Order: sequence, then C-alpha cells, then structure tokens
Amino acid sequence: MSNPLISARGLTKKFGDFTAVNGIDFDVYKGESFGFLGPNGAGKSTAMRIIGATSQRTSGTISILGKDPELHGPQIRAHLGVVPQQDNLDMQLSVAENLYIYGRYFGLPRSFVKGKVDELLAFAQLEEKRDAKVETLSGGMKRRLTIARALVSEPEILMLDEPTTGLDPQARHILWDRLFRLKEQGVTLLITTHFMDEAEQLCDRLMVMDKGSIMAEGSPAALIKDYSTKEVLEVRFGSDRNQEMADKLRTMCDRIEELPDRVLMYTEDGEALLEKIYAANLHPKTSLVRRSSLEDVFLRLTGRTLIE
Amino acid sequence: MAVAIADARAGKRGERVYSGRVPQLLERGFIAFKSSTYMIVISGFIEPVLYLLSFGYGIGKLLPTIAVGGESIKYAAFIAPALLATSAMNGAIYDSTMNVFFKLNHDRIYHGMLATSMGPLDVALGEIGWALIRGFSYACAFMAVIAPLGLVESIWGLLAIPAAVLIAFGFAACGMAVTSYMKSFQQLEIVTVVLLPMFLFSGSFYPISVFPEWLQFTVNLLPLTHAINLVRGLCLGNLELALIGHALYFVVMIVIGLFFTTKRLNALFMK
Repeated sequence: MSNPLISARGLTKKFGDFTAVNGIDFDVYKGESFGFLGPNGAGKSTAMRIIGATSQRTSGTISILGKDPELHGPQIRAHLGVVPQQDNLDMQLSVAENLYIYGRYFGLPRSFVKGKVDELLAFAQLEEKRDAKVETLSGGMKRRLTIARALVSEPEILMLDEPTTGLDPQARHILWDRLFRLKEQGVTLLITTHFMDEAEQLCDRLMVMDKGSIMAEGSPAALIKDYSTKEVLEVRFGSDRNQEMADKLRTMCDRIEELPDRVLMYTEDGEALLEKIYAANLHPKTSLVRRSSLEDVFLRLTGRTLIE
Repeated sequence: MAVAIADARAGKRGERVYSGRVPQLLERGFIAFKSSTYMIVISGFIEPVLYLLSFGYGIGKLLPTIAVGGESIKYAAFIAPALLATSAMNGAIYDSTMNVFFKLNHDRIYHGMLATSMGPLDVALGEIGWALIRGFSYACAFMAVIAPLGLVESIWGLLAIPAAVLIAFGFAACGMAVTSYMKSFQQLEIVTVVLLPMFLFSGSFYPISVFPEWLQFTVNLLPLTHAINLVRGLCLGNLELALIGHALYFVVMIVIGLFFTTKRLNALFMK
C-alpha cells in the first residue's frame, strides 16, 4: 500500500491525571473511510482533535500528510474539513453566508467561494433555505450545513465527530447518503461514532476504542468474523429468570452474554439452537435470531454495551 | 487551493498562530453587521451626545467656563473630548467583552474559525479590528456633532479621531484578554463595575485637581484618565510632551492585551 495520509504511534493525551488517549497506533490511507467506534468517553473525539491540529498530544508521534500538527497547524488544517460533534454555525449569518465566509477563512478568493456556495447548497439540499437564518433550521439541516461548510475548501480528509447523534432516522439516512457520495468521489473520511449501524454502513475499516485504548481493528465484516459468531439468538425469559436460565443455556452454544433484559447466545445456526432450547423444554417468552453485529464485537471485547 | 494558500505562508513569522486573515474576519463583521439590530449600533453614538446635551447644556448654564491650564474654556468644550474618549472605550469594551464572550462560549464561533487554516492571532486581531472600525465610525460621528458647535478649539482636534482609535485598540485588546479568562456571564459584570467609577472619576466632568492628592495619584494610573487627557489635549490644542506619554500608555495596553489574548486562545483551542 502507498504511504498513509495519517500515521500515529503511541499517541497519548492526558488531562491532568486522566488519560483520554492511551498510546494508540493507527494508519489511515487515502480514499478510505476510517472509523473510531466506541462509547462516550472512549477517547475518540480527543483523537480527532489531535488529528485536526486543535489539540496537543502529551506524547507519541503523529504525522498528517507527512507533517506534525503541532508545528504546522494552519497548513494541516488547510487539508481538512471538520464536522464537530456540536454544531458551531455562525448564528448571526444566513445559510449561504455561513458557507461563503467559511471559504473565506481559508483565504479562498471570493469568486471561487461564490461558485462553491451554490454547489454546496445543492449538495446539502438546502437551496430553498439559502437566505434563512441558521437558527430556523432543523437539526438535520444544521448538520448538513455543517458538513457542506466543511467541504467548502475541497478538503482531502473529512473528519466527522458523531455525525448523526441526535438526528431522527430519516435525517440520518439522508446524511449517510451524502457521505456515501463523498466517499465515491474519493474523499478520505474519518468518522467517530457510538452507533454500530453507522459504523457498519460507512466505514471500510474500524478501530474499536474503549477507555482510551484500541481494543481491535479491522473491517466491520472481519471484526465480526474474528470476535463473534455468524448468528446470535436473543432470548428473554423475563427479567427475574434470565440469570437462572443462562446457567442452563451456557452449555448449549459457543458463548453467551447475559444482559439485564435478555440473554444473547452466540452460534453458527440460530434456528437450530432455538429448536434445541425448545427440545430441552425451556420456553423463552420471546426469541429472535439475527446476524452478529459490531455491538456483539464490542460486548465481547469489553463486556459492556456501546450505548449505556 | 486552500492548501496552496496555506503552504505559501510556510516559514513565515508566527505561522503557527497567524495566517494573515484579518480582512476575512472584518468581512464577516460587515456581513453580520448588515443584519444586526440597529439599536445597539445607534446607541453607541447617541450615548455621548445625550451626555453632552444634558451636562454640557445643563451644567454649562451654571458654570459657563472652566479654567484649564490657566485659560478658561466653555464647559461643554471641556467635557466633549472626555465623552469622545469614553465612547471609544465603551464601544471597544462592548465589542471585546459581551460580543466575544458570546461567540466564544455560546455560539462557539471561534471553534469553527480555528478549524480552518486560520490561527488564534487572526481571530484576536480580526475581532479587535472590527471593534476599531466601530470606534472610528463613532469618533467621526461624534466629531461631526461637536465641531460645528464650536466645541473643538484647535485644528489639532482632528487628531482626536486617530487617538480615539488608539484608545479603542488598547481597551479592546485588554477587554478580549480578560474575557478569554471569564467562565460565566456573571463574571463579566465585573467589567461594568470597573468601568462606571472609572468614567465618573477620571476627570470627565471636572478637573481631577479637585481631588485630594492620594486620589489624584490613583486616578492618574487609570487608562481612561490618560485617554481623556490625550483627546482633551488635542482638542484644546495644548500640545505637550505628556500627550506622547498618554499615547504610549495605550501602546503598552495593546501589547499586553494581544499577548494574553493570543496565549489564552491558543490554550483554549489547543487543549
């Protein structure tokens, strides 16, 4: 493979006694969509801010396009489009003005930015809101505007910190569609998320993070293959009986996880397992066979669920 | 293109904190200004005019002239320069405290700005630059009121306009530095608590020679006293060496204010 765009070794960030990022190594290559998956507080956003040259590492090395962000902040940021976790649009300006002035912050000429504004309004499906004040937009629209704004400088790397947190399902799908298009255009995407469906949808390669460390790395499919079984059988016996039943179920499959409301059974064939359970005269109140997901990977790696 | 623009600045002095984007920040100021509430803008101009009308006319009736440095001048001509200096201060402080605090902590606009290829010094200079443009406009407008009224005794009074800009720069730089350390809106009230007595005691309405010596000494340390002395000296045509001293006071304020603002913004955004 060619040289990585971003390369980190032993990257560490401490805030006083608290270690937010604990000696992580990773490489991101051109054109790929790379995700940091982990619960809140896993250190994803901190890692993103270090890459975005807006936070200084405590130790370790990081190079972005061959440069150290600590020494060449403005030059590195010229390559990046940043979508922060919390929208920070300019409330005093209109939708189009937000895009325009952001392009100007990069030092881009007026004529170039003006053309770009029209293009991005179309991309973000906000043409009708062109002259509206930002505060009148819905959450999904604000998010799309923030993404459009990050694209005004035609960045090679687009960094998205929790891009769809707080959006309704429809708004999420519109946003995912826009991000897919960017990926097709060859933009390198860096995404943090605590939604496993988002990670599965958007990311070619993932780093599963917990408490500042990397737990595993690979493509979503490979992670599922390596850390989980093909299928999962979810059974519920009622909250007071789940644990008691779990002991009986344990011997029937590869691995089980007890959650407060249900028992997860890991197996290659969910239906067959369910038949076995019925044959053993155990009668769950509800049952569900599904494919393994990244949620199961995370559970396996940390013993906890992603969203707590 | 953004990359080529940023790379062109490689190796220049202060490249880590400054990218030469002050004009772009001023452009933002103008765009936002076009749709802003005109009352806030107008009030900055009206306030000194109201003071001039009420005190200049009212007290001027009781006290037609006042003795300054051996000569007697009209009372209104005595307070007009002080009001000019004070409005420069107030405008600069409003822009660099309330406005900046809101953008920093509530709208988080600076976070967005600093995710681009700009640096914190661009933001600091841009915001202060905007405060200066406003200060300059107010000074011109106020001058256009007091000059026809015969309240500017000397042609040197024209220099009171750049002096007002210098004063605004000093206050804006320090105001922004202080604001960047503030954690809540309530803390900003401290600014008002400091400004009002300064306005009342810095020789705006009467010469500070009426005070006992210890109070004169204290008042002479305050920035507004120097601002008023500078503008008054120019308006009255009393050119003395002390004027340079007053101007230098503000140069020092600018340097200190910019130093702490940049340092603090760097710390805030490079956490």
